[in-house]
Amino acid sequence: MALLGPPVVFLLVFFAWPVANIVGEGLRGDGGWDLSGFTEVLGDPDLRQVAWFTLWQAAASTLATLVIALPAAHMLARYEFRGRRLVQALAAVPFVMPTVVVGAAFLALLGEHGPLGLDGRGTVVAIVIAHVFFNHAVVVRTVGGLWEGLDPATEEAARVLGATRLQAFRAVTLPALRPAIASATVITFLFTFTSFGVIRILGGARHVTLEVEIYRQTADLLNLPVASVLALLQLLAVGALLIVQGRVERRRRTTGVALHPASRRRARTSGERAWVSANLLVLALLLGVPLASLVERSFRTPDGHGFAGWRALGDAQRGSGLFVAPIEAVGNSLRFAAVATLLAVLLGGLAAAALARAQGRMAHALDGLLLLPLGTSAVTVGFGFLIALDAPVDLRASPWLVPIAQALIALPFVVRTMTPVLRSIDPRLRDAAAVLGASPGAAWREVDLPLVRRAVLVAAGFAFAISLGEFGATTVIARADAPTMPVAIARLLSRPGPLNTTQAFALSTILMLLTTGAVLLVDHRRGRDRSRSDGWV
Amino acid sequence: MKQSNARRLAGVVLAATVVAGGCSAGGSGEGPVTLTLLAHDSFAVSDDVLAAFTEATGIRVKLLQGGDAGTVVNQAVLAKGSPQADVLFGVDSTFLSRALDADLFVPYEASGSEAIPADLVLDPKHRVTSIDYGDVCLNYDKAYFAGSGIPVPSSLEDLLDPQYANLLVVENPATSSPGLAFLLATVAEFGANDWEAYWQGLVDNGVEVTSGWEEAYYGSFSGGGTSEGDRPLVVSYASSPPAEVVFADPPLQDAPTGTIDATCYRQIEGAGILRGTSHEAEAEALIDFLLSVRFQEDVPLSMFVFPVNPAAALPQVFLDHASRPTNVYEVPTADLDAHREEWIDTWTDLVVR
Repeated sequence: MALLGPPVVFLLVFFAWPVANIVGEGLRGDGGWDLSGFTEVLGDPDLRQVAWFTLWQAAASTLATLVIALPAAHMLARYEFRGRRLVQALAAVPFVMPTVVVGAAFLALLGEHGPLGLDGRGTVVAIVIAHVFFNHAVVVRTVGGLWEGLDPATEEAARVLGATRLQAFRAVTLPALRPAIASATVITFLFTFTSFGVIRILGGARHVTLEVEIYRQTADLLNLPVASVLALLQLLAVGALLIVQGRVERRRRTTGVALHPASRRRARTSGERAWVSANLLVLALLLGVPLASLVERSFRTPDGHGFAGWRALGDAQRGSGLFVAPIEAVGNSLRFAAVATLLAVLLGGLAAAALARAQGRMAHALDGLLLLPLGTSAVTVGFGFLIALDAPVDLRASPWLVPIAQALIALPFVVRTMTPVLRSIDPRLRDAAAVLGASPGAAWREVDLPLVRRAVLVAAGFAFAISLGEFGATTVIARADAPTMPVAIARLLSRPGPLNTTQAFALSTILMLLTTGAVLLVDHRRGRDRSRSDGWV
Repeated sequence: MKQSNARRLAGVVLAATVVAGGCSAGGSGEGPVTLTLLAHDSFAVSDDVLAAFTEATGIRVKLLQGGDAGTVVNQAVLAKGSPQADVLFGVDSTFLSRALDADLFVPYEASGSEAIPADLVLDPKHRVTSIDYGDVCLNYDKAYFAGSGIPVPSSLEDLLDPQYANLLVVENPATSSPGLAFLLATVAEFGANDWEAYWQGLVDNGVEVTSGWEEAYYGSFSGGGTSEGDRPLVVSYASSPPAEVVFADPPLQDAPTGTIDATCYRQIEGAGILRGTSHEAEAEALIDFLLSVRFQEDVPLSMFVFPVNPAAALPQVFLDHASRPTNVYEVPTADLDAHREEWIDTWTDLVVR
């Protein structure tokens, strides 16, 4: 349990304390607790409407994501085709792309002048499509990771015994997948429930989630009593969700599934080929088109295409809104992401090691607690930093605040990746090594380390990608001027002038390439050792 | 074994955190003073200009940026008494009364402030010193109006004319600062009683609403260099036409867009010394510098706004392509603070619900 010390201290200092401060500030009136915010919120039909919309759009988005992503997960887990690894890596990119960039691409597609020829802005359909785009990877990677480890022979055996394809799937595969599907569902729901950027850009004024309302009440209106009540409500909702998730995880673990090395094969029948093609088509339309249009825009000039935007990345151009060359933002992002990754992997690794040993309710509660930062409004944490971190040392102006906030976001993923791996290390292996005369150090080096190393690499890759793309928390923290890529992109996009837009899209393309690279690297590692990784990635 | 490893690791992490804190806490104390300047994300200044200040005074400036103008003011209000910076840049007319009510600033009459034209002074008591101003105006697509034969509208009233049906795109005032400025322009023009009727007219005439400036300008407007839309009228800035020229590659002779001067709302932006600073004298020097010709002449091409110091010369591209309207709309800051939310809510019910 001593292992839990650092991550718990980290969460207390950089999450619980700031959030408690800002919420407390809102709930304290002159000389006492002032709970008028509760009556104000609960009695306001507009705010009730916000809560209801938040809930149902999240449910609709989650359902749509499952419907579209589960077939893709099957296709990627079961079939081999040329370029599969690249497709798999590219499919993970949307998840870490900042909404500000993708929002622009989606607006171009869904706007009244877009290729679809219909005006989808401000509609729930547009919001749901964007949510599917962002969360597709969660389902594909969580469910697909398990799916490719299932032995296809089991399903084939059922077929031989006379079951139809559907019957075999329902009786054999689905029960084995159910825990992963449930887990992906909860995570997707969590992300869409707390959606911010998508709603801000595509929702118009009609569609507002709790997260957007908390931001408005805090950053625009400084109405802390109402903001605090809303933040508490959201925290309660997320807490409830995590309890459900904890139950699900427990079931997932008790469902003993023997995992096998992936056995992909080429599509044989015409039906199978059609299945693969159809899925690739959906992927191309849903993920490929927005990303491709983004790359295309980086080459656009007023009269055709060219490299002007790319060339301009190297200039510390006056008036670009950054007084460093945009390309320096790449360096900043890489540095911040490296520190954040280090922090997240160190702290997450310790937490995972503790959780892997822990049993029972305690472990599940902790597991859930680690996810709470994801369910908390970035502006709550950011403004909390502001009033909580001024003593004993004033951290508020520290350049470390950005990687710390990013680590907070990446931490849950690290824990989720590493815990199952650490848990899977059979203590008897260690005992055997000891019996054979290995010192405890040698046993750790020979038994634990090789397995842990791979898990660390996988976790680090994802933490890195998440930190690179993190925008929400980064933008509300007052930070020393070293703009990260998402911040630079947002600034470039917010000014007129063709060169600014093309630069923004060029920078987005770089971000996309870096992310793809990080994920490819992770998959490559995973490819070598896929037997145990049934964690998040 | 593993336990002790973990403990060692724990120590390292905690030590790293403390070192991180220590590093940032340093800075004050002996040696040259480092001032912290808190600004919104649109703040920009050329490197050599800031370096000139450090060279002349020995004072270093560390910049903190924390979101848009409203967010930054709110951050300062929350951190009142224990400010995270010495100087705040970016209090505009919209949030001025909130900042002043919270008593955020130490009054300081900057050298050069007497030269600021009276209509650009934000606070006569010098708690906030005006630094720059910008106008939010309707922009139009020159090619469209030249080609269609329809005259360019010349007033807000004109926009109700059926010949301008479905030509205008505006931003949502709840989520966009130019959108709010345009709403305020209509409130200033038509008065607290009649602006709603005017907006009903705009809705009937097919106004399009986007959530932010980017979506309006790039997505729906037709005039900008990379704009994709087909509406020739948009709410943007008086400095957008020169920006179209500056950020064109290959270079442009003429701006593809123009501004309609009778539709402009003026936003004045200022800076103030945060109460609680331990470097008041240095902060005063920085305010003086922000008003100096050196900084003021950097303002147009760095932030695409206009300097308040009449001695600062405008760059040629601004003289050629930016209009400087003489009659602009303004709403008194006290009215603004009292009614902002109410106006936005009414607008939302009227236009987008």
